[in-house]
Amino acid sequence: MTIRRRLIPYWLLAPGLIWLVLFFVIPMYYMGELSLKTGSLETGYQLTWAFENYTDSISEYSTQFIRAFWYAGVATFFCLLIGYPLAYAIAFKAGRWKNLMLFAVVAPFFTTYLIRTIAWKTILDDSSPVVSFLKTIHLVPQDGRVLATSAAVIAGLTYNFLPFMVLPLFTALERLDQRLLEAGKDLYASATQTFWRITLPLTMPGIIAGILLTFIPAAGDYVNATFLGGTNQAMIGNVIQSKYLVVNDYPDAAALSFTLMAIILVALLFYIKFAGSEALMGEEEETR
Amino acid sequence: MEGVTKKFGDFTAVSEMDLDIADGEFFTMLGPSGCGKTTTLRMVAGFEQPTTGKVLIDGTDVAGQPAYKRPTNTVFQSYALFPHMTLEENVGFGLKRKKVPKAEIKQRVANELERVGLSREAKRKPNQLSGGQQQRVALARALVNLPKVLLLDEPLGALDLKLRKGLQVQLKQIQRDVGITFVYVTHDQEEALTMSDRIAVMNEGRIEQCADPETVYDRPATTFVAGFIGVSNLMPAEVKGSNEIQVVNGPLVPTPDAAKYSGGEKCFAVVRPEKLTVSLPENAPSDQPGVDGIVESSLYLGTSTQMAVRVTEDVMMTVLVPNASEDARQHLPGGGAKVRLNWLPEHMHLVAESESATAATDPTPTEKVTEGVN
Repeated sequence: MTIRRRLIPYWLLAPGLIWLVLFFVIPMYYMGELSLKTGSLETGYQLTWAFENYTDSISEYSTQFIRAFWYAGVATFFCLLIGYPLAYAIAFKAGRWKNLMLFAVVAPFFTTYLIRTIAWKTILDDSSPVVSFLKTIHLVPQDGRVLATSAAVIAGLTYNFLPFMVLPLFTALERLDQRLLEAGKDLYASATQTFWRITLPLTMPGIIAGILLTFIPAAGDYVNATFLGGTNQAMIGNVIQSKYLVVNDYPDAAALSFTLMAIILVALLFYIKFAGSEALMGEEEETR
Repeated sequence: MEGVTKKFGDFTAVSEMDLDIADGEFFTMLGPSGCGKTTTLRMVAGFEQPTTGKVLIDGTDVAGQPAYKRPTNTVFQSYALFPHMTLEENVGFGLKRKKVPKAEIKQRVANELERVGLSREAKRKPNQLSGGQQQRVALARALVNLPKVLLLDEPLGALDLKLRKGLQVQLKQIQRDVGITFVYVTHDQEEALTMSDRIAVMNEGRIEQCADPETVYDRPATTFVAGFIGVSNLMPAEVKGSNEIQVVNGPLVPTPDAAKYSGGEKCFAVVRPEKLTVSLPENAPSDQPGVDGIVESSLYLGTSTQMAVRVTEDVMMTVLVPNASEDARQHLPGGGAKVRLNWLPEHMHLVAESESATAATDPTPTEKVTEGVN
């Protein structure tokens, strides 16, 4: 009896573990091996411990790497800027409209990512009413375009990843004890001061979760740059995609993927260490 | 407060309230949940604005002012300590907003934490403290600002009985030391009687009686007050002339209170349970007024025995007999025995019936027994 009972957690873990091994660990191993091979699709690939795959591709595509992190960073910033007030409004001011508004935030997921981005292509097209309006108010020069610019790609990323920012922020705000805000006001803090001293620090876990959920997928994204950007807006995701599917240079593609993963991982570790290990883990544990 | 009314939609939480609280007073608002006491407190704090009327602090009308501009501080029922700050930062929060110099903040925070006995925990976070300690931090965080009025919203509600008793004494002590006006909200009549200089008993958005604890207890103004504070022994009576009443199933009793009523008017005679004596009819003192009844139950409470005596179909009387000696207790009349209840005329008090229907039948207070208050 007791042995069987002790085994229960392992049984519960088993399906997830098997899934991870089959579809994460094994593919990762093959990819890692692939990234160190040389050869071509026709002649086959041999493991030659070709570490130059890494050095060469990084130096060749450093522009796309930097651009990917820049775009993802700016998009994440805008997501936070738009998402925080939105989440705040839904959590505190929406009243009976709360569920409807949450649904509206998630609603775009009912169409596929690709279709939504292609729709944006139409919206930002040279002949679209949106662009001609922007031209009339002189936000865009008469001979300028919106499509195939950095702005278009960043706008697309911001749009596509906004729900990933809003949902964790909403959860954090909704959990916030309203009486703490009253206590702040009671202790002579104005609404602004109460926000900076109490609301913001206490919703930090949500902000950090939102930033991670937005930044990581945005940095590896290639769909937005493909449809909304031109050749000068290619992100590292586009390079990896074309290496795999167009040029069929598998080892380089694998090496680039691993590099991207490593950079994000290192950045993440630093971020958690400095920005919010406490907010991310500590607070959570303490409030339990 | 002058003519303050607060409405939430159609619901009137506080109605036409006039209240004058003296400087340095320990003032308690007592009443069942939903009677408007917390709403009144929140209007003084500035979390709610009155629909009509004035809230004057030191002669200035603060109605309409936001909470952060008012010279009041609040101790919340749930404490509402900032979980991301240490105790020091929590207590220093208000002073920092008021731009008090850093050195002074440090000094005052240290003094305040010392007063509540939490100096060693200054660097801790609130969730590392017990409920009683958190309550003391909440008190320190409010008091350190030296408000004109300190508002306390059932601050001891979440604590267990023993801790509550200890903190009641501490709170009263602190209030005497600092001399700040305390406005205390509670539904616990015993707490109110122990700590207050004056008590306002509230019901359905109105003040039923506002007086010192002795008066509220011994001379309740309405049946609601009589029922809410202590055990209600309400005997229906009819006023006969200007100095006599006729108690139901009982004698004519002389009382100066009758002068306040007109002849033939119905009212209630109140005698507190500990002021009644119980004896067999043949041994009853003939020089005291009394009524006959049948013992229904007898409950041993340690320091006293509580007896329920039925006088008429719908009049039940509660008697508290002190357990002075084991022998005397053995000889108390048992269930079913015919007894006579007697009292001294000066221990009887007349009350008018409360306007509200719920008043006399409020179920909670009858279960509570007030001890040590006479």
